[in-house]
Amino acid sequence: MQPKSTTLKILDIVSVLLLAVSTYLALIYAPEEATMGQVQRVFYFHIATAWVGMLGFLAAAVAGIVYLRAQNPKWDIVEVAAVEISLVFFFITIVLGSIWARPVWNTWWTWDPRLTTAAITELIYIAYFMLREGIEDPDRRARFGAVYTLVGSLSVPITFFSIRLFRTIHPVVIGSADPSATGTFDMTGGMQVAFFFALFAFTVIFIDLFWNRIRMGNLAAKVEQLKLKVMH
Amino acid sequence: MIEVRKLIKRFGMKTVLRGVDFDVQPGEFVALLGPNGAGKTTFLRILASLSHPSLGEIRVAGYRLPNEAAAVRARLGVVSHLPLLYGDLTAEENLLFFGRMYGVTKLENRISEVLEMVGLSARRHDLVRTFSRGMQQRLAIGRAVLHDPDVILFDEPYTGLDQDASSMLDDVLKSVAAQGRTVVMTSHDLVRAEDLATRFDILSRGIIAASATRKELSKSNLLSFYKEALAG
Amino acid sequence: MVTKSARLSKSVTERSTSPNLFKATLAIAWKDLTAEYRSRELFSAMLVFSLLVILIFNFALELDIKTRQSVTSGVIWVTFAFAGTLGLNRSMAVEKDRGCLDGLLLAPVDRAAIYFGKVISNLAFMLIVEIVVLPVYSFLYSINLFNPGLLAVILLGSIGYIAVGTLLASMAVQTRTRDVLLPILLFPVAIPVLIAAVKASGGFLNGDEFSMILPWINLLIVYDIIFVAIAFMVFDYVVEE
Repeated sequence: MQPKSTTLKILDIVSVLLLAVSTYLALIYAPEEATMGQVQRVFYFHIATAWVGMLGFLAAAVAGIVYLRAQNPKWDIVEVAAVEISLVFFFITIVLGSIWARPVWNTWWTWDPRLTTAAITELIYIAYFMLREGIEDPDRRARFGAVYTLVGSLSVPITFFSIRLFRTIHPVVIGSADPSATGTFDMTGGMQVAFFFALFAFTVIFIDLFWNRIRMGNLAAKVEQLKLKVMH
Repeated sequence: MIEVRKLIKRFGMKTVLRGVDFDVQPGEFVALLGPNGAGKTTFLRILASLSHPSLGEIRVAGYRLPNEAAAVRARLGVVSHLPLLYGDLTAEENLLFFGRMYGVTKLENRISEVLEMVGLSARRHDLVRTFSRGMQQRLAIGRAVLHDPDVILFDEPYTGLDQDASSMLDDVLKSVAAQGRTVVMTSHDLVRAEDLATRFDILSRGIIAASATRKELSKSNLLSFYKEALAG
Repeated sequence: MVTKSARLSKSVTERSTSPNLFKATLAIAWKDLTAEYRSRELFSAMLVFSLLVILIFNFALELDIKTRQSVTSGVIWVTFAFAGTLGLNRSMAVEKDRGCLDGLLLAPVDRAAIYFGKVISNLAFMLIVEIVVLPVYSFLYSINLFNPGLLAVILLGSIGYIAVGTLLASMAVQTRTRDVLLPILLFPVAIPVLIAAVKASGGFLNGDEFSMILPWINLLIVYDIIFVAIAFMVFDYVVEE
């Protein structure tokens, strides 16, 4: 069993430090937002976790396509890793979003396109794991998983677009802000520092988790192999 | 007619076939014997182009698998222990459907011929759902020879048949083989196999453990040959 | 993506050498429709189920004249989606149960023929049920549903739903949990079709301006094209071993 590489160990430590600094910036360093107050601080991690969820979503789609092309089980491990990370981080995004929404919009849940799409993505990922659960043959499990990831990665953007056609009350923070949406705010310098640092920190955390999870998947595969060897 | 070199089949990390070498000359009737779980069905499914080999070279009727699967399929008939027939269609409609799938010419005549051969002319317009197990199995053979294949694969054709049905199936199998076709049949029923085959191959622990022609084997000791092969 | 398109163009040339893709597709559709015409198992199950769903909605939503106007498109699409799942599950289970899927795979035809054949028959089942349910609904609630625009939306929505449903049902029947799995797999990825179909149907029923409905129709068309294409490309991976 190969030990953890030094790079990965360093990355683990860096991730923890970045998380700590990012927490400090978000909760203490950044100035309080004028109309929403302290709850606005949730925003930094809300966006950062959503960003990680998106990264995982994209990574899963790519891994699924590569798996179907190459049929190499390694890509199945990558795909599962990406889906798991995306599942967890979108969940955190949704929870943080609800915490934000409660005081600002006076409701735990809004049918905002982004929030709803994240929730539907969660359902797709849960279905993904249920599908895998029901298949014994590892090759078929991997193939079906990749096909479903592909179908999901095509339908999610269309879902987003179609919900958006309804209407949106979600604040658009960067880019063209809709002035009528409640909850929009302008980022001051300190806020921007906290925001972009959070994005950076969570990108590193994503890479670290992804790497660790792939390593774990490879080790699990090895354990399976050794078990079979012992049985024979 | 069939050439298999160093065929390996893995399901995930489990190796089911570990280097099978297998040759069948035109007109031979090979009985592939072996205990449950030896990989007989897996092997036959690979020959039938239903399952991809992990490694190894396979030629059936002069075409390589899996690359030239379509050409192999056109020259191959398969009968499994499942009927592969539609219960809500009549015998004739089933053959009509499969005839179209194989692009059989002069289909009406061919269907009459085949129904005659398997002794089901009288039941031509009856729903397959109403057929006994034995009749379904005979119709399944009719389906398999409809496009006049060079090679026929039987996977445990006697499963679930009573004595009468089995002996009727014997006659049909013999007439199929008598038309100069190459036949491979898996079975765990030594008596039936002994009656029909011209060669006996024993598949055990993922390889062909022993092989003997009818001439090399006096009738009385197929059983001891089989036991020796499994023990060795 | 370069290698991907290279692979696709290769399989296209293989396909063109196989002369009977079209015939094989029709043969499969013919086989399903003949069997169904004889047993009417699917049709009766889907129809009775649809009527029951409408009945339940009647009491759950108290479909008085005002609510009717606003919820009709939602009610009919939920009904169609549920009935469609029932049909898809059954139609693929028939192939799996008696080894017939192997029978289809053994034939020297392109796997695309199997996909398109099943899509045609599944779509036919769904449309037939819809054709019966619509007048019944019109009769029960005296709402005129015979609107050419609405019928076009129903056709477009059903195509998208069946295109992705046939692919997913082919996977679901090959799993241990097949009976419960299909709706769980299908609904989250079919949400765009359902949203667009409900909105477009509602638009036609309310007599909205066509320019208001057009984006939804475009969305349906885009979804249909994307998912027919993708299902066609990946179907091999779902049925081959």
